[in-house]
Amino acid sequence: MLQTSANLVWFIALPLFSSALLLLAGKKANSWGHVLATTVSASTFTIGIIEFLAMQARPEENRAVGQKLFTWISVGAFNVDASLLLDQLSICFVLLITGVGTLIHIYSISYMSHDLDRRRFFAYLNLFIAAMLLLVLGDSYLNLYVGWEGVGLASYLLIGFWNQKPAYATAAKKAFVANRVGDVGLSLAIMIAFATFGDVSFSGIKAQAESASTTQLTAIGLMLLLAACGKSAQFPLQSWLGDAMAGPTPVSALIHAATMVTAGVYLITRSSFIFDEAPIAQIMVLVVGAVTLLFGAIIGTAKDDIKKALAASTMSQIGYMILATGLGPIGYAFAIMHLLTHGFFKASMFLGAGSVMHGMKDEVNMRKYGGIGKFMPITALTFGLGYLAIIGVPPFAGFYSKDKIIETALNAGGIKGIALGIATLLGAAITAFYMTRVVILTFFGNERWGHKDEPHESPALMLIPISLLSLGSIASGYLLYQGKSLVNWLEPVVNPLKEHHAEELFSPNAVSAMTLTVVAIGIFLAVRKYRGNQLDSAPEKVSIFTTAARKDLFQDSLNEKAFMLPGQSLIKRLLQIDLLVIDGFVRSVGAVSVGAGTKLRALQSGYVRSYALMMVVGALALIATVWIVTA
Amino acid sequence: MSLLTAIGLLPLISAGMIALIPTRNNELIKRATLVATTIIAISSIFLAVSFDKNSDQLQFVQKNSWISAFNINFSLGIDGISLVLILLSTILVPIVILATWNESENGRWSSKVFYVLLLTLESLMIGVFAANDLFLFYVFFEAMLIPVYFLIGGYGTGNKSAAAIKFLLYSLFGGLLMLASIIGVYIISSNQIGATFDITQLATLEIDNQTENFLFLGFFIAFAIKAPLWPFHTWLPDAAKAATPGTSVLLLGVLDKVGTYGMIRFCIQLFPDASKTFTPLIITLAVISIIYGAFMAIGQRDIKGLIAFTSISHFGFITMGIFAMTTQGMSGANLYMINHGFSTAALFLIAGWMISRRGSSTISDFGGLQRVTPVMSWSFFIAGMSSLALPGLSSFISEFLVLVGTYTRYPVAAIIGTLGIVLAALYILIPVQKALHGPIVSGNENLKDLNLREKIAIAPVILVIVFMGFYPKPVLDLINPTSEKVVVNAGFSDPIAKVGK
Amino acid sequence: MSIANYLYLSAILFTIGAIGVVVRRNAIVVFMCIELMLNAANLAFVTFARINGNLEGQVVAFFTMVVAACEVVVGLAIIVTIYRSRRSASVDDASLLKR
Repeated sequence: MLQTSANLVWFIALPLFSSALLLLAGKKANSWGHVLATTVSASTFTIGIIEFLAMQARPEENRAVGQKLFTWISVGAFNVDASLLLDQLSICFVLLITGVGTLIHIYSISYMSHDLDRRRFFAYLNLFIAAMLLLVLGDSYLNLYVGWEGVGLASYLLIGFWNQKPAYATAAKKAFVANRVGDVGLSLAIMIAFATFGDVSFSGIKAQAESASTTQLTAIGLMLLLAACGKSAQFPLQSWLGDAMAGPTPVSALIHAATMVTAGVYLITRSSFIFDEAPIAQIMVLVVGAVTLLFGAIIGTAKDDIKKALAASTMSQIGYMILATGLGPIGYAFAIMHLLTHGFFKASMFLGAGSVMHGMKDEVNMRKYGGIGKFMPITALTFGLGYLAIIGVPPFAGFYSKDKIIETALNAGGIKGIALGIATLLGAAITAFYMTRVVILTFFGNERWGHKDEPHESPALMLIPISLLSLGSIASGYLLYQGKSLVNWLEPVVNPLKEHHAEELFSPNAVSAMTLTVVAIGIFLAVRKYRGNQLDSAPEKVSIFTTAARKDLFQDSLNEKAFMLPGQSLIKRLLQIDLLVIDGFVRSVGAVSVGAGTKLRALQSGYVRSYALMMVVGALALIATVWIVTA
Repeated sequence: MSLLTAIGLLPLISAGMIALIPTRNNELIKRATLVATTIIAISSIFLAVSFDKNSDQLQFVQKNSWISAFNINFSLGIDGISLVLILLSTILVPIVILATWNESENGRWSSKVFYVLLLTLESLMIGVFAANDLFLFYVFFEAMLIPVYFLIGGYGTGNKSAAAIKFLLYSLFGGLLMLASIIGVYIISSNQIGATFDITQLATLEIDNQTENFLFLGFFIAFAIKAPLWPFHTWLPDAAKAATPGTSVLLLGVLDKVGTYGMIRFCIQLFPDASKTFTPLIITLAVISIIYGAFMAIGQRDIKGLIAFTSISHFGFITMGIFAMTTQGMSGANLYMINHGFSTAALFLIAGWMISRRGSSTISDFGGLQRVTPVMSWSFFIAGMSSLALPGLSSFISEFLVLVGTYTRYPVAAIIGTLGIVLAALYILIPVQKALHGPIVSGNENLKDLNLREKIAIAPVILVIVFMGFYPKPVLDLINPTSEKVVVNAGFSDPIAKVGK
Repeated sequence: MSIANYLYLSAILFTIGAIGVVVRRNAIVVFMCIELMLNAANLAFVTFARINGNLEGQVVAFFTMVVAACEVVVGLAIIVTIYRSRRSASVDDASLLKR
């Protein structure tokens, strides 16, 4: 029986209330809005810490707590309560969301200080925190769905925060629509689950999962994967993430790097009981993960916009996580581990990028950077730490988490193991290449910004959060890995130790050696290509591969050709059909009546004698008829 | 006289009293109407409170003999479904009056006529949802057309006369088919159980299959025109474009619900076997409506036309839920009627304000409104989010219930229906982007934000939208017993989950 | 003399009246023809009353006379009014109602 904790509701109520207050209070709240929002975010983090400590103190089987708020929907057999569940998996996310979230709130106070709408920005941030916490705390798929679309809404609002620029407004819309395609997957998964199990809560489905048919489970699994692809920007729904960089940089750090885009990983991990029983769905997860990790990495090598390069990297790293979740029980824990470490180092790098932009008059093109390291030493240092973490240099965070995924992939056995191993290793090499490229173009080499104002280091309010996050990118990997702490912690939720089996083809040390080798090759290639003086614009004569990578491997053009253009012409057709055929039929009925009336009106000459004649004729006809009928 | 009858008569009595006020006392007429309709709204809430929600029987029954030669009775009584629809109508009327305070002044006749028509319409709306006698229902059903005809034709804009006549002819055509079916049912009843128009008694008739099919179609086409379902929909966009925003709210928010209400009350209850026969066809039409309405909405340039076509898509969902014949689908459809009423009301009222300020109803004439008129833009945004069924706002629950309820019996229809979720994002976000976002289009710089009266009018609607998204239980509790009864009486039971508990 | 002859006479009178209504233009003559038709009908009624040996036919004949008298009052008034305003009693001139 689940223990009750009355605290859980505050996770959602506090930020939601603060967000509503800031939006309703209007300009009056301009002076204190950011303080309230940051305080609220910090309090949710505090509650998270308290709950975490309390959870640790409890024996393993009693760690999860729940809270029923009220009966939400109850119709026939369809009963969904608004209730929350905080277990070992969700607490990881709660701490990540509120922790990184609070740091980003603090950072934004300074970053957004010149923006007239800062209050609105903070209101959206709090709305996001509330929705994201609901996503990870909901105890049923439908509650999760509310948070799922809630973060979509917050993301839409924040991407379009500067929506007076039409391109940004379009990016926001694109993100929302792409997410909605994923949401269709989630709602279909819920429908199939209800039709199969008569229940939509995690516990209810988990209890019955093993007795359901594989077909049903595969269907649910594939639909959940579709949902995860939408939210986590996985192939083939990944195209919105690059455009989403239109939002303010703290948003990119929080939503489009550390938290929201990892919701797909959460969803699959949460649904481990379904994927474990649906091997086909699991293979699809692997395929999606492998394709995206390479896809993202390749795009990352060609992007000149620093935020878009980082976004491509996010896509690729989430590909790693998704791939890990497809590797069965042990994979889930490593996926979550990579998710947490990635949250730290990617957020720190995004904030670092924001700091660079802050010092460079919002310039995002890396070709116009160069040699910034000596002007912004702290930013450069923290970014460097994040860089070491993401490419997986020991003992930084990414080394532990990414190596484990590569190791598990290599040991998956058979052709699957070889294919996945090659993909992950190749991904690691490309990651090293494009991250080295970013670092060299930004912090080293010749100064290419072409104006006299030298870049300046950012204020302390921005540097402190970055520094704290880079501490995380140094230490988090070791802390989570050491003594299998995270694996053991998550065991009751995803059973990672259940079938940790058989011989391992590759020992951890061998994998580390291989990884470090390919990483070194990647770094070497990047250094050779980008050292020395660079031009301040992108070279135009490039290979077809570079062109393809710059255009996101033609995903946008494909979407346009396959969906947008046919859709638009279909709509044009339908508008004509509606007007000409359907309404045309109705109007033709009217036209026939009017025409008949016009013709018949000729009979109404207005001469009494002709009317009289007609009466006589009519009377005679009547008499004749009666006569004939009766005779 | 039961409380229900009293509430039904109150608007008519108020109309009579307002007719006595001299025409030039414009303000007094408006205030009196507002006060009267507010009192009616409050008394209908009182009606809901004293309603026994655990019972699936008719309550507040009133029965007087009317035309005894044909055994026609003035018989009123409500169950949960009727109650929530009456609540919807009585609550929307004062909001419409307050929101469109000056709308009546540019019409062909004085504003007194406008309000008398409006109050008469309110009485008829209550009557149509409360009638228990088939003939009485028919009288209300047809009588409603008269005030609406004059409201569109006398106070509308643009091509109003044509739109009003189109509306009238469409409705009369459906009404005629229904009248034929009503007479048919009456004759069958006189052969079997003694001539009667009482709905509860008529439900017990044994009708042979072919006759039942024809009678069913008579009713169904009338309701499909009213609802409106593809391909009987073309009157709606024209009427909605021509009518004043207030009239459009009542037209789409309440009057069209008579169609879907009639499907539940008459088509399914009186002709369960024929309903079963025609279900595949109707579900197909509903799915077409969902997708077709959504595509057409995306293609609209006129904001009123857009809202009208989104409604056609939503009515597709409602019809699909009704004919899925599961308790989730049925309750979801009923809840959808209420939620659609409120979110469409919000959309139309705000669109009306936008149009009257800008002097144009073309979406691309707006632009950057969020910077100029933040309160109006936010209200529009929230209403739009409810229309695209964002979780946490009211429409989500009903749409999801409809889809879940449909999936358990007709998975393919539900899967195609979910496409509507994506299309909804497009048809709402495209106007949001064009009208609210982007740079401020020239001519919009000095638009005024909502004034206090408009804020007071829209606030309750937004509150209902948000509240019902989080806590739909009060309304679901009213609806559920009746929905279950309808499904059971039609000879269906919910499909059981494939894995037993 | 056979009683049927009365009926023949009635039919002939009615036909003459009907033809008169259709072919004549003068409103007064048309009017008289209508009276002729009415009286033809009266004759038929009375004849049938005689044949059947009851009073209903005669009652209706009286009724018709009363109606005809009323009609004369209204009809002549209209004709006189038209004549005053248009200086003509031709029915073909009074075709304004078609518009």
